[in-house]
This record gives sequence, structure tokens and C-alpha cells, in this order.
Amino acid sequence: MSQHDTPDTPAPTTAEPAVLLEGLRRDYRVRTAAPGERRRRSRIVRAVDRLDLTVARGEAVGFVGANGAGKSTTIKMMTGILQPTAGGVRVLGREPVPERRRLAREIGVVFGQRSQLWWDLPLRESYRILAAMHRMSEAAREARLERLVEGLDLAPFLDRPVRQLSLGQRMRGEVAAALLHSPALVILDEPTIGLDMISKEGLRRFLREDRAERGTTLFLTTHDMGDVERLCERIVVVSEGNVAYDGALERFRDHLGAPRELIVDLAEPRDRLELPERAELAAVEAEGIRHRIRFRGSELTVPALLSRIGEQAEVADLSLAEPAIEDLVREIYGRRP
Amino acid sequence: MVRALYGSRLRSQASFRLSFLADLGGQALIVAVEFLELWVILSQVGVLGGMTLPQVAVVYGLGALAFGIADLLLGEVDGLSPMIRSGKLETLLVRPVPMLLQISSLDLSLRRLGRILVGLAMYVVALGLAGFSPTPTLLLLAVLAPLAGAGIFSALLTMAGAMQFWLIEGREFANAFTYGGNYVATTPGAVFALPMRAFFTFVIPATLVAYAPTLALLHLPGPALIPGWAGWMGLPTAILAWVLAALLWRAGIRHYTGAGG
Repeated sequence: MSQHDTPDTPAPTTAEPAVLLEGLRRDYRVRTAAPGERRRRSRIVRAVDRLDLTVARGEAVGFVGANGAGKSTTIKMMTGILQPTAGGVRVLGREPVPERRRLAREIGVVFGQRSQLWWDLPLRESYRILAAMHRMSEAAREARLERLVEGLDLAPFLDRPVRQLSLGQRMRGEVAAALLHSPALVILDEPTIGLDMISKEGLRRFLREDRAERGTTLFLTTHDMGDVERLCERIVVVSEGNVAYDGALERFRDHLGAPRELIVDLAEPRDRLELPERAELAAVEAEGIRHRIRFRGSELTVPALLSRIGEQAEVADLSLAEPAIEDLVREIYGRRP
Repeated sequence: MVRALYGSRLRSQASFRLSFLADLGGQALIVAVEFLELWVILSQVGVLGGMTLPQVAVVYGLGALAFGIADLLLGEVDGLSPMIRSGKLETLLVRPVPMLLQISSLDLSLRRLGRILVGLAMYVVALGLAGFSPTPTLLLLAVLAPLAGAGIFSALLTMAGAMQFWLIEGREFANAFTYGGNYVATTPGAVFALPMRAFFTFVIPATLVAYAPTLALLHLPGPALIPGWAGWMGLPTAILAWVLAALLWRAGIRHYTGAGG
């Protein structure tokens, strides 16, 4: 097959933004049967609702939100897997669904939870097949692969079948697969899910390097605020299918000193604990055994909080939760005028 | 690119040589045992659907050969439901290659060669035993028939796969037609009652795969609804079936992406 692809529509100008979403909406029809009813009722669930977003070329955007906020649905509409119910979506100047295969040449996608590698083949073999799919010349493939192998440290397991790789190794392999054809837009859906800290850092470092070298646009969904902090300059928070916050990451952090949560299990159940002024009780569970206490790291330290609790009750166990995306979203809504 | 896709599959299977040989033998055994069943029946009644044992063997060999080729190329398409459920399909959709080609090459199983080899051997040997007297026209039909039959079956497999875009648990339902069609194709069509014969000729064109060509090849009179010239209808039927299969497949993808249709 020819190496030079001659698309039958003109290549869109690079003046168009990488991603343009206008009033984007997607409904799902969900059928549920209420207990005791024979007929199933069908109801419409609006996964994405009037979502507007423009991502300029070369930007790195963290697209965060709780489960069910509409992140994955938005990505599916951007990649041509799903047709929007209403509204407009243009990616690299193309319409994703009708131009799906052409768009696929210009974007790289990592679905963190599903593999795009051939599980029973050596990792190297997957790249050979993907390069053939993207009609890369052998020289181009080898040059690019060399860079990826070095940057993602793939050499130790390049000749091992994918099914034998650890999760961290496989994810690095997945990212290399998505970047092989040097896409202009890289879409990463939960790329670090389930990875240990070292694997995460290695992956993030390479994504930064590659972006700096090639000026790639990066679109990242994640549950991990660390991914966003290390990779993105801009953060978009979605909630209930809509943009709840959109701005520079710097401002986001200053704007919201996100609350942390201390979870203490008491030896004896108690109805309530006296807490310092700047901490608040979020919930009491397990009939007074488990207390969830929310506080801000800048205003109150954990030892201070613990010693106060220790005065009142015996603590059997405790854990500390970092700010969840859900809380950030709640925070955003709480601060809206 | 096609070479890279299929070549990788061949290499991966070559690396499991023992299991490959076992699979190959197993597939061949299945075909042989199935035929044994027909042989047992025939040893009791002498004639089945107006056909003697060698003639039945031609039908059986031709049907197995045609199904084997189709199964080799598109046997994975009927596994679409698990791919939809696991989200595997989405990873295929973000690649710049037609989906059927990807699925076809995804799990090209060479063990299916077992069915093809046994079918081919049986077809050739049985033709000789059944007194096949080749003319150029009949020889052409003898070569064309397994290919047209493979075309019909692969179209059926594709339709069965496409249906799973709507019926997520549709695999068993669809298999009733594909594997059921295979069963019908390897059996002399005259044994079926008229309504069933009509169904498996005009709706699921299974009798056109092997039974009708065998009648034409061996100059046998056909039963009602399947005249001698029906033996030549395999190729046009295959083309028609593929047009329908392609339309259904496209509609299936459009349905999946929610683009309507």
C-alpha cells in the first residue's frame, strides 16, 4: 500500500482548534424493570449536557470528574465511537463519526482499562502491526520506536508476549502504541489507573518529554489529581455532563484548598466528637464507630486533630483520604454565587 | 498491511506447535465423526434423500470445505458480543482500518485448516467414487462450488455478527443459522420436509452450498424446489448474500455509534 495517504477530503487547516465541542449532548436510553412490573420502562439518561469546550493546539488539558460525570462519553464522541445526540464536535478540524478512520490516523488513544495490544504476541509485534495499519514506512517505524523504547524503557520486555507483562509494563506498552504514529492529539483515558508510584512517574515524565518535543495536544481524563498536576496546564472539571470549572491549574489550586478527610474508627461507639473549629464532621457510620472528619491541610494539621480526638475517645484505626474529585466538584458548586 | 495483519497471526500460532497440532487433529476428527453419523444411517437404509453413500460424501465434503474456508476467514465475527461488552470493540474503532478486516485477522485460527483439509479430501475422493465424469463446464462448477459456498457462509457469519450489535446476547441465536446452516449444507437436501427445504434454500441458502451443486455435478434429479440448474446459483447467491451482509454490518456499526440507521 502506498505510503502517502491521499485523503479524499482536504486536510483541515491547523488553524482549527484541536478540540471544539459546542453544546454537546448525549442521551442514553436505559431500560429498567421496577420490581413486580412485567414491562420494562425506558428512560432517558443525559450523560453529557450542553458541554462547551475549546482546546487549542498544543495545550494539555486535564479532564476530570466523578464516575458518571460524562468523561468517557465525551471521549467516545471525540473519537467517533459515539454520535452526539445534539451539538457539535470537531476534532483536529474533522467530524469524528463520519471521518472516524481518517481521524484515527491523527489521534492516539489510550483506554486505560482495555488493551489495544495483541496479548499473545511479543510486544514488538504489536508495533509492527500498528505501524502497518498506519502505513508507516519501515524507516519511520524504526526511528519512532527507538525513541519510544528509550523514553518508556521498553527494552527489557520488548520481545515478551504481552500476556506475560506486568500492569505497569503493559501500560507503558499501551502508551507507546498510542504514540507510535506521532499523533497530533493524544487522548488518555485513565492512563495511570492501578499503577504504582514509580510506574506513574515514569509514564508522566515521558509524556511531558514527548509533548515538549513534538508540540502534541494532550487530553487526559483521570481520577488521579497527580496526573493532572504533573501533565497539564489547564483543568476542566465536569459534573453531571457539564463543565463545572475550566481554568489554569495554578488558579485552581489556589482557588480551592481542597479538603482532606480523616477517617477514624473508635474503640467504643460515640454519637459525636468535639472537633476543633476548622474541622467538620462529614459523617458518622457504623453506629458511632466510624467518624469521617473533613478539614483543610493549610489550616489544621493531622496530629493536632488527632490529639484532640484522642482526648475524648480511644482510636482503634484511622486512615487519611486525599481530596476526591467529587469533593472538588462540590466545592466548586458551593462557591458559586 | 493485510500481510502484516495475517502474518502476525500465523507467527503467533507457529509458536505453540504442539497445541496447534492437537487442535488441527481435533478439528479433523470432528468432521470425520460427523460423517460417521451419516455413514451409520446409510448403512441401515442404503439411500438417504435419494443419494448413495459416495454421493452423500460429496455433499458432506463440499459442505465441510466451504464452511471451513468461511470459518477460517470470518469465524471470529460471531464473537462480537463479548467484544462489545468488554469494550474491545472501541479499541478497534479508533484504528484506521476497516473493522471486519481487523476482526478477521484478530484470531485467524489455523486449526480450522483441519476441517478444510478433511473436507477437501472427502470431496475429491467421493467425487471419484460417485462416478464424476468431468466436462470443462462441470469441472469449473466443481472448483467454483466450494468458493461460492464459502462466500455464502462467510456472509452468513457476518450477518450473524452484525445482529449482535442489536442483540447483545445474540450469539446463540445467530449460531442457529450459521452452524445450523452448516448442518443442513452437509446433508442431502431432499431429506428435509418441503417447508424446511424451502427455508434453507431461499432464506438461509444452505442447500445451495453443497447439495444443489452435487446434484448438478453428478447429473442427479433434484427434489421439488431444487432443480438441477440450482447447482449454479451458488455464486450469484453468495454475491447477493454479501451485499446484504455488508449493508447489515454497516447498519450495525451505525447503530453502535448511535448514528442512527
